[in-house]
Amino acid sequence: MKATTPQQDLIRGIWKENPVLVQLLGLCPALAVTNTVANSLAMGIATFFVLVGSSLLVSTFKKVIPHEVRISAYILIIATFVTIADLVLAAVVPLIHKELGAFIALIVVNCMILGRQEAFASKRPIGRSLLDAVGTGTGFMIALLMMGTFREILGNGSILGVSLFGGGFEPWVIFILPPGGFLTLGFILLAFGWWEERKSETIRVRQWPHGVATPSREEAA
Amino acid sequence: MKELPQVSDNTGTEQLPGGPSGGPPGGPPQAPERPPTSSARLITTLATAGALAGLVIVLVFGWANPRIQAYRAKVLREAIQVVLDSPETVRTYYVVDGALSETPAAGADTVTAEKVHLGLDAEGQPIGYAITGQEPGFQDYILVIFGYDVDTGRVLAMKVLESKETPGLGDKIFKDTAFVAGFRQAAAPLEGVKTGRGSGSENEVDMITGATISSRTVIGIINHRIEALDPILGAADIDKTAATAATAREGPEALATREDGS
Repeated sequence: MKATTPQQDLIRGIWKENPVLVQLLGLCPALAVTNTVANSLAMGIATFFVLVGSSLLVSTFKKVIPHEVRISAYILIIATFVTIADLVLAAVVPLIHKELGAFIALIVVNCMILGRQEAFASKRPIGRSLLDAVGTGTGFMIALLMMGTFREILGNGSILGVSLFGGGFEPWVIFILPPGGFLTLGFILLAFGWWEERKSETIRVRQWPHGVATPSREEAA
Repeated sequence: MKELPQVSDNTGTEQLPGGPSGGPPGGPPQAPERPPTSSARLITTLATAGALAGLVIVLVFGWANPRIQAYRAKVLREAIQVVLDSPETVRTYYVVDGALSETPAAGADTVTAEKVHLGLDAEGQPIGYAITGQEPGFQDYILVIFGYDVDTGRVLAMKVLESKETPGLGDKIFKDTAFVAGFRQAAAPLEGVKTGRGSGSENEVDMITGATISSRTVIGIINHRIEALDPILGAADIDKTAATAATAREGPEALATREDGS
């Protein structure tokens, strides 16, 4: 497997392989609980905690866990962390816990988390796995916060519950309802795709005319 | 899961054993040779992991549960203050075999047992009972608490404790102050009417346009609970002199003792 630097392991998940915006993983919480910034933040932090904890344990015990039952073992580890997160949220921030409801428990089946265990933490050293989990968790949180900010501003006219526009603003309620999640994700992916396309276009233009003869960026790398 | 190795290919050519890229082209995917692990080892590993996980969860639960219960009790206390117009003391009675009792039925859980809360003013006179009720609304169960004066047969006030009704429509059952205020001093049994269509009867409560089912559920919960409890409450002989504040027992001191005990 190709060697990566620790920096790459950390940065990769945040933007270039962002779990939600690029890999399209973990969409269920990203669509369901991002109707306010506070909910997005709580979900992001809970998922971050579960991902980092699970990656640490899976990477530590990767030699001990038999190959045949590795998925069961990963799920067991993930479920334990999710239960801890669920109880701690209920004890510390009961209002947000009530809002997130079943979606805290559903972090267990977030394929982004299981994906990182199977594809990374079960094969790499502990330090690298931690960096990867921190990066991916941060990327997930960024994506959720983007959606939460967008939806709360349009759907409720506020950020973190602080009203932005005063009484004259009629909230665009659909954005805090489930369809608003799909619309928001669609708009964000559209903007993301358009921006990526423009970037590659710029690279091609800059390389011309030498770019014609030189190998493309992927081959050079 | 199929997408995972492809995305991670940026980091190298990771191959999942037995995964889609594991086999020769054209043939079925083949796992690399690997000596089989004994069943005993598989079971031991999972059992150990499960036992450790259970232990960790129990420890966290022991820490979190008193706080969760304390928060629930606090929410209930605040709601009772609202629906009974700030009573001086509150006494909790359990409904046991069609009568009020200071202690729950033998073996019953104090948290889930059916109960009512009697509010008393500064002179020890009863203000009314705070009663909770829960029924399915438009999205999910709606949990309502309301104050009820048995002598006059009127609802004192209503508060929605839990609901997942549609934002912007059904959630008006607790966000629309006019709807909530409509329950004050309404006579039981309540009757939901469309705004402006009422005949001025004391039983009428204006429903919310666009949230018919949610408003009807709230009115229904209150009517059903009054119907069920009115005979019991009317027959109850409340000892007005023994005004022991039942809620004091569930105050912060109770939490402290519980924490010390654990």
